[in-house]
Amino acid sequence: MPKQNAQPVHFRGGGFAPQPRRGIALVVFIVLIGMAEWGTRSGWISALTLPRPSAVLQTFIDLYNSGMLWKHLLPSLTRLAVGATLGAIVGIGVGLLIALFSLIRAGLVPVVAALFPVPKIALLPLFIIWFGIDEGSKYALIAFGTFTPTVVATYGAIDNVDRSLIRMGQSFGLSWLSIVRKIILPGALPGILSGLRISLAIAIILLVAAEMLGAEHGVGAYILEAGSLYDLERLFTGVAILSILGVIISTAIGALEKRLLRWRV
Amino acid sequence: MELRLEAVGHHYGDNEVLRDINLHIPAGKIVCIVGPSGCGKSTLLRFMGGLEQPTTGQVLQLGEAPPGCLNPLTYIFQDFALLPWRTVHGNISLVLEDHGIPAADANRIIDDVLARTKLSDFATALPKQLSGGMKQRVAIARALAVNPAVLLMDEPLSALDSQTRELLMDDLVTLWTRNPFTAVYVTHNLAEAVRLGHNIVVLSRRPGCIHEIVQLDTPLDQRHSTHPECEKQQQYLWQLMRDEARAADAELLNA
Repeated sequence: MPKQNAQPVHFRGGGFAPQPRRGIALVVFIVLIGMAEWGTRSGWISALTLPRPSAVLQTFIDLYNSGMLWKHLLPSLTRLAVGATLGAIVGIGVGLLIALFSLIRAGLVPVVAALFPVPKIALLPLFIIWFGIDEGSKYALIAFGTFTPTVVATYGAIDNVDRSLIRMGQSFGLSWLSIVRKIILPGALPGILSGLRISLAIAIILLVAAEMLGAEHGVGAYILEAGSLYDLERLFTGVAILSILGVIISTAIGALEKRLLRWRV
Repeated sequence: MELRLEAVGHHYGDNEVLRDINLHIPAGKIVCIVGPSGCGKSTLLRFMGGLEQPTTGQVLQLGEAPPGCLNPLTYIFQDFALLPWRTVHGNISLVLEDHGIPAADANRIIDDVLARTKLSDFATALPKQLSGGMKQRVAIARALAVNPAVLLMDEPLSALDSQTRELLMDDLVTLWTRNPFTAVYVTHNLAEAVRLGHNIVVLSRRPGCIHEIVQLDTPLDQRHSTHPECEKQQQYLWQLMRDEARAADAELLNA
């Protein structure tokens, strides 16, 4: 064979497959907070623009030591738990009905589409009239905010369940209820859980809105009070608590997915 | 139990897919249905198990299902249709759960069908851990668990590679020889048809109607791919189908 110019084939495959990278998230947080700390200390960022992270931390420690942390956190967590649970359960139920019955789908999909873009905060006065200035209106606001995205995620997830599995169930004479319980719901679980991620984040956003009126304690009330006084350190302490709450919920759903969706390829 | 199709015809909108099909599925025999793509053979199978209704004509079941039969007309699908979130054991137990069978009896049935399909060691595996051939064996085990009167197989080996297909054909022959069952086997693969069919129904292209019914008398356990009779029959079937297949291939979909 004549001598030819030989070169390795250029590799152009791979990629597009997310890999877990441990510790990167921590590094990003540390770098961001470190930059803010360095910036505020060196005067590069003025104290009016951004509070010093160490001062925020000190405010948090003071809050913890004074015992006020739990006084604010517990009512907020209760509101979040009750409201989000209510919204998610009703949302999954309505989503299921929309997905299973054409009549309900035809009637409710436009209603849900009309409710989805409504800023729930705007309805707070209405909720106060309907459910009272106490906890009722707060639960309702958070529940309503969680409800719409859960409905959309649930019926979307059920629409995507493999129809051949449903035909299989029918071909073996499974009852309607068995098909729903054993084929449709487990098949829709991945979509419902990823919808829940969004719904619960929205619930945290609405927590602050819910505590705008008629709340003495609560993380939202704490943030709003600090905001109206331009107390940036306390404002950021409250915001950081909500962020941490968001990370905890997201991690919990991640763990739940890992446990419940082991069967996924 | 036997099946009889009387003057079955079907339209999808203006599109006629099947025309005047009269067919008898005798007990204890495997009837293969072959035909060019799009001739309506899978649709015909869905009529037989009641998953779809023909526009004209009717499908009759003759005689009673044998005692202990939980689901007389039972399918085996091309894509296996296993629930990915259930183990092998769970997938089979799915089809027993609605019948109020005591747990001990159900487990006995599951152990028995897993043994017959050589899957006893994989009862706790999830479908994602199994090869295609094993998945289809789970589907066969699931079908056997309900003790069907007629097995309706829709291209059961088409998603598998040719070696696995050979092995599974041997498995099906062994299962049938040990305990003859009634089956309708839809395939586009003529080699499968001459290996497994007692009768081979050749459908013409759309609108599908029965072109010819070929009868094979060689016992199933004596057939193999190089058997002269099988080879001759396969040649003959291909001759019947070649022009139809070419014409079907040149057709526009939904034209």
